[in-house]
Amino acid sequence: MSAAIQDSKGMEYLDSRLRRWVTVYIPVLCFLFVLLFPFYWMIMTSFKPDEELVSKAANPFWIVRPTLAHFEKLLFHTEYPEWMWNTILVSTVATFTSLAASVFAAYSIERLRYKGSKQVGLAIFLAYLVPPSILFIPLAAIVFQLGLFDTRWALILTYPTFLIPFCTWLLMGYFRTIPYELEECALIDGATRWQVLTKIILPLAVPGLISAGIFAFTVSWNEFIYALTFISSSEVKTVPVGVITELVEGDVYHWGSLMAGALLGSLPVAVLYSFFVEYYVSGMTGAVKE
Amino acid sequence: MNRWLENRNVLGPLFMLPAGVLLLVFLTYPLGLGTWLGFTDAKIGRPGEWIGAENFTFLFGDSVARLSLFNTFFYTIVASVLKFALGLWLALLLNKNLPFKAFLRAIVLLPFIVPTALSAIAFWWMYDSQFSVISWTLSKLGFIHSYIDFLGEPWLARLSTIAANVWRGVPFVAITLLAGLQTVSPSLYEAASLDGATDWQKFWYVTLPMLTPIIAVVMTFSVLFTFTDFQLIYVLTRGGPLNATHLMATLSFQRAIPGGALGEGAALATAMVPFLLAAILFSYFGLQRRAWQQGGTDK
Repeated sequence: MSAAIQDSKGMEYLDSRLRRWVTVYIPVLCFLFVLLFPFYWMIMTSFKPDEELVSKAANPFWIVRPTLAHFEKLLFHTEYPEWMWNTILVSTVATFTSLAASVFAAYSIERLRYKGSKQVGLAIFLAYLVPPSILFIPLAAIVFQLGLFDTRWALILTYPTFLIPFCTWLLMGYFRTIPYELEECALIDGATRWQVLTKIILPLAVPGLISAGIFAFTVSWNEFIYALTFISSSEVKTVPVGVITELVEGDVYHWGSLMAGALLGSLPVAVLYSFFVEYYVSGMTGAVKE
Repeated sequence: MNRWLENRNVLGPLFMLPAGVLLLVFLTYPLGLGTWLGFTDAKIGRPGEWIGAENFTFLFGDSVARLSLFNTFFYTIVASVLKFALGLWLALLLNKNLPFKAFLRAIVLLPFIVPTALSAIAFWWMYDSQFSVISWTLSKLGFIHSYIDFLGEPWLARLSTIAANVWRGVPFVAITLLAGLQTVSPSLYEAASLDGATDWQKFWYVTLPMLTPIIAVVMTFSVLFTFTDFQLIYVLTRGGPLNATHLMATLSFQRAIPGGALGEGAALATAMVPFLLAAILFSYFGLQRRAWQQGGTDK
């Protein structure tokens, strides 16, 4: 602790140790406790046998006899693995499609500067502000008309509506930081626009692409209202919708397997996030800062 | 030169094509279709006929719809104020040279990363009327004698859902504001200290004005997504008890999809648009004023 205080810079040397504890460390610890407790609770519940779950005498914060029964039920007696596969498939395809479309869109708005590109840029930003909960009813009608109802295509085609505006907006900001001179040199040397894009801009924009990709992937993994509305058969459901609609049966809640399902469904995005924290944060804050 | 100009006006729209087509077909068109559906009596499996503003007058007379409007405002205002206050506080705390800074920041964002529907189940279980861990702790500590029915009483249910929404939203506000705080130049604080400013004055006269533009954007996003929230309510209460937690989005889902009244649901969804526009315009003009005040030198 003393090392941390010695490290502190500026005016903070005036803070006494006690004061720093009261004004900084204790509030931070409270925040962490509240923010992390639901996850602790999720983990505890998913390894707890049923009789401990419903016992009021036992200490609920600990497990006496941990069990894998809930996971076993989830993986072998429900369609959970299929929901997982659907979520992976839909999120991956939607992310890559959106990323590809966004690269072209962002490059043309930011660098080709065709007639009307400014207005298109603004329209993209406004599209980002359209929330899915005002679109799902007409989209359901369209999905139905196109014969895509209850298929993975319904999700793969509709997820880009919130992914493309975000990715394009983020990549526009990223392309702006790449010096124009690099591109000019290549053009003077006789490169085509396509070569400029693939050989100069894209390699330089890799961090931006990763940011946009990670963010898009987690957002489509978490999507709920479209997946709930456009899908009715269990075998094409995604994890969030499957857990909510299929695992909750009647009045008896199987809390153990519900929590196990929530835990397993959160794990992939949490792991992915932990590897790319910096990219994720820069994507999230970058989109807000512009 | 001429050739290039022509080239860019051909190539530009060509590059826009994939994104443009997807957005036009699945975003612009549904936006218009949704508004149109709001003026029809469409049901699932039956195309509607134009009935003018009948849906809107019906909804205006419908006590559940009016309640959902009230709930939406209550939910949005309370949750946004709490998210802003707690988020700003957390951002200021995280900006104070803590040990394990990067790790802390990564951990703090977790509630925002995991699927809301899934973390909402954890809250559902924590709010359970018989086995709630919160009730267990409070009763062991002697604060309460009977278990709290978090989602069973109208006002308690409203506050419980708001708590879950705040839990999820605070990390987003905190981390984006933290990014804003880190761009404030330390020399401003030095100058303020030399002038004898107190900590509070530094916060009020330096931090807050420098942060205003980013606060405006972050809070617009936060308000927009809280106002149109769906999944948290759907998982926790489905609008109950006695429609006390129905938001406009959840009510519009209930009327349109299980209820089959597409027109009515679409009208409810359309009714949200003016409020959203007002929020966007409010922050847009807020931002403009700020840039002008700072002489456009805030970067």
